[in-house]
Amino acid sequence: MSKEVLQGTLDLMVLRTLESMGPQHGFGLAKRILQISEGILDLNQGTLYPALLRLEQRGWIRSKWGTSDHNRKAKFYELTARGRRQIAQETESWTHTVSLMDRFLRTPAPEDR
Amino acid sequence: MLAKLWNLLRTRRLDREMDAELRHHLESLEAEHRARGLTPEDARLAARRDFGAVSRTREDHREQRGLPPLETLARDVRLSLRSMRRAPVVTLAVLATLAIGIGANTAIFSVVNAVLIRPLPYPEADRLISISLASPVMQIADLDSAPYVYLTQRDQSRTLEGVGLWFLQAVNVTGREQPERVMALRATADILPVLGVEPLLGRYFTPTDDEPGRRPTAVLMHGYWQRQFGGDRAVVGRTVTVDGAPHDIIGVMPPRFRFLDQDVDLIAPAQLDPARVFAGGFGAPSLARLKPGVTIEQAAADLARLLPVAADAFPVMPGFTREMLDGGEWQPLLLPLKQDVVGDAGNTLWVVMGTLGLVLLVACANVANLILVRTEGRQRELAVRAALGASWGRIARGLLTESIVLGVAGGVLGVAVAYAGLRVLLTLGASSLPRMDEIAIDGSVLLFALAVSVLSALLFGTLPVLRYARPRLAATLRSESRGSSGSREHLRARGALVILQVALALALLVSAGLMIRTFGELAGVDPGFTRPDEVQTLRVTIPASSQPDAELAARRQQAIADAMAALPGVESAAYASALPLQPGVTQMDLLVMEGGRMQAEGELPQNRAFHLVSPEFFATMGTSLVAGRDFTSADLYERRAVALISEDLATREWGSPAEALGRHLRGGSNQQPWREVVGVVSNVHNQGVHEPAGRTVYLPALTEFTMGQPPGVARSVSYVIRSDRAGTPGFLADVQRAVWAVDPELPLADVRTMGDYYGDSLARTSLTLVLLAVAGSMALLLGVIGIYGVVSYAVSQRTREVGIRLALGAERREIGGMFLRQALALTAVGVVVGLAGAIGLARWMSVLLFGVSPLDPVTYVAVSVTLVAAAALASYLPSRRAMRLQPTVALRDD
Repeated sequence: MSKEVLQGTLDLMVLRTLESMGPQHGFGLAKRILQISEGILDLNQGTLYPALLRLEQRGWIRSKWGTSDHNRKAKFYELTARGRRQIAQETESWTHTVSLMDRFLRTPAPEDR
Repeated sequence: MLAKLWNLLRTRRLDREMDAELRHHLESLEAEHRARGLTPEDARLAARRDFGAVSRTREDHREQRGLPPLETLARDVRLSLRSMRRAPVVTLAVLATLAIGIGANTAIFSVVNAVLIRPLPYPEADRLISISLASPVMQIADLDSAPYVYLTQRDQSRTLEGVGLWFLQAVNVTGREQPERVMALRATADILPVLGVEPLLGRYFTPTDDEPGRRPTAVLMHGYWQRQFGGDRAVVGRTVTVDGAPHDIIGVMPPRFRFLDQDVDLIAPAQLDPARVFAGGFGAPSLARLKPGVTIEQAAADLARLLPVAADAFPVMPGFTREMLDGGEWQPLLLPLKQDVVGDAGNTLWVVMGTLGLVLLVACANVANLILVRTEGRQRELAVRAALGASWGRIARGLLTESIVLGVAGGVLGVAVAYAGLRVLLTLGASSLPRMDEIAIDGSVLLFALAVSVLSALLFGTLPVLRYARPRLAATLRSESRGSSGSREHLRARGALVILQVALALALLVSAGLMIRTFGELAGVDPGFTRPDEVQTLRVTIPASSQPDAELAARRQQAIADAMAALPGVESAAYASALPLQPGVTQMDLLVMEGGRMQAEGELPQNRAFHLVSPEFFATMGTSLVAGRDFTSADLYERRAVALISEDLATREWGSPAEALGRHLRGGSNQQPWREVVGVVSNVHNQGVHEPAGRTVYLPALTEFTMGQPPGVARSVSYVIRSDRAGTPGFLADVQRAVWAVDPELPLADVRTMGDYYGDSLARTSLTLVLLAVAGSMALLLGVIGIYGVVSYAVSQRTREVGIRLALGAERREIGGMFLRQALALTAVGVVVGLAGAIGLARWMSVLLFGVSPLDPVTYVAVSVTLVAAAALASYLPSRRAMRLQPTVALRDD
């Protein structure tokens, strides 16, 4: 199985992670996402940052500078109200896609019959 | 979109933030790996591996932010250059058009910038004002201030930080190798502090230096110091003899200092004597600095309050009464100093700038046309690129980059054109524009050129983008462009461009035509003298220190004239206190006329020009005697109370020149003797041929009492010598010998012919004429090229259709006529639109016109006919190609 991140899925992962963990810096987010994916996902952690900027530009998350656990300056991201609504929407459309793909994949191919 | 643009502007800060964030991430990863027991070096490598390519992340982050990576931009520019090289003819045409359009605008902007926009070169120049007075009841619109007003303002003004008085005086500097005529600025001690300027060496006058009776001092201007003293720094403390009086040199001005727009060689204190200042003695220019925060209106109100105070503080001029002074109802006339210096030059410059802007529009229309054609040819290339995955936005960006590269390249060439053009402009306009020495191509001019280039590029680059950079992929790939609806639409766009070009060209040609008519009208005005090129003029001053006696001075002046008249090839020679068209030396006085109409109607005496002239002056100038007689030498030496007047004055006051003879007039002071009018001469345009001929009074060169003040001789006079050798070097050497034979101490100044003065008075008009004619011809040429291009294009697009028509038996004449008619229809629409524009433009420039209406039908008709004829010719040539098509060839052609 390909370990590439499907276009658009990273966005949802970030939003969902922020929803469950609250405000988080980029490193924390990356760590958490990799942890949940349990090694299935091979994420170049750098790709996270353009995605974060994109989400911010869409108004789904916002950022501010703060201090990390190790007392260092870091940029923290948190979900906005619009971001929360977006999770609901994306989750629905994702489930929809998954169930659709599921049906196609389960229909037996002609030569199998 | 706006946020992205904003991001572009703070790229550097955003980059820093991004880097800090990425560094935090990498260091955290590293720390984690170290905690797991890796060596620092291995931990660093592991962190990099986990993170992926940092540079890639940065690129992506930047792109997301809105800044196209530099790499993409570079690629676009490279592609543009390559595609420009592929079509060298089009590229050259575009670059040449832009270079001329942008160059002309840049050149004229550098003039506008220096003359009109930049502040005068003094600190906080916006607080500097000039002070004049006006008297509507006496029809005096603008008269220089007066010493009595200055002294009152200096001591009592509440709105001025400082005020100074000045006047120019041509003086003789002697005691050096050759006597020299130089221009001295006589200024009060406060002039330089008001301007905010310090001397380069030494010091400026103190109020003590400015007191009457003190030993005179002088400050040298930098140019004069360099020229005459070789820039010797030890010059301070030496003396210089000015009009026979030794002046101590106390300072030298810095090289960049220029006093307003005057050519001055040295500055000497005015040393006003308050005991000899009278209320009503006007005519001394004065300038002031407003206190911070004070408006010019407040200063005017303050001066209005002070005028009666000033009149109370000083005795009225001898021969006048307080009632006469109050009757003038004098009002303050305060202007920003810059406006006073620049004068009405703005009229010309804005009109020229506006018309050249229109030329640039025409040029952009032409370039847009060329680029449309080229993009049309590349339609398939673009479609293929889109099919291969380039987004339409990406293609649009590519097209626009091409236009901007073209625009900026054209702009660079344009600056070169501007350098050359400016040189021509300065030669043409040297004598007709103020502040010429400040004109240069500086940073703001270059910025202007860049802005104009990019703006033009956006203007002509948008059209192809709108037309081609959008998804019409399938249609384009499927069909040949020939005959498709796309090219019809395309033809319509080009038609609109042609209409625009014709309209602009017409408006510009009309304005050029009106200037030509103006020039013709001006050249047709009889200035009041004949064959000015054959009249040599020069100015000689006999200072009182050299010959205190008025009569002996006058005899010496006459001896010089006689010596000149005796030179070979000289018809006659004479002299006068002021020449027609000579700037800045006219003396004015109130004129009272016995039994004149004006006095009969109870009007106040008017300010008139009084000239002192020698016998034969009018004969030498070629001004005809209408009635009576000329002055004789007996009139001078017996100091007879006689006068000559101009024809216009005689007719207005006494009905006719003959009626005027034997009547009497005098100057404003009642101490002046009544003078008998012994002759009437024809009108002379003293103030310039575009001004009405002055109503002028002429007095004998030696007379008891002039301008209200003895002694009655003009110390500084201009000689006129009629000779066909005028202006040649040999003749000037002869004249100089003739003068020095009489008095070797006398320098010659203002050595020019009457023709030079005449030329100067037309200079502003001829400058405008040349510039507008150039602008108009450029627009005409570009417009004609545009029409030619559109018709050629239409013919090539419809080759197949023409072939079919011909094969079906259509008349060749009819085919040609079809194209011609279409082109002329476009031209007609352009002419109608252009006429409307021309009327607007002409009204705007009506201040520049003379003797011709802004709606002059001759000009409008002539220009329209010319333009239609040019358009017909431009469209006939390609139409003929359509007529000559062979049907077989046309149909085969694919």
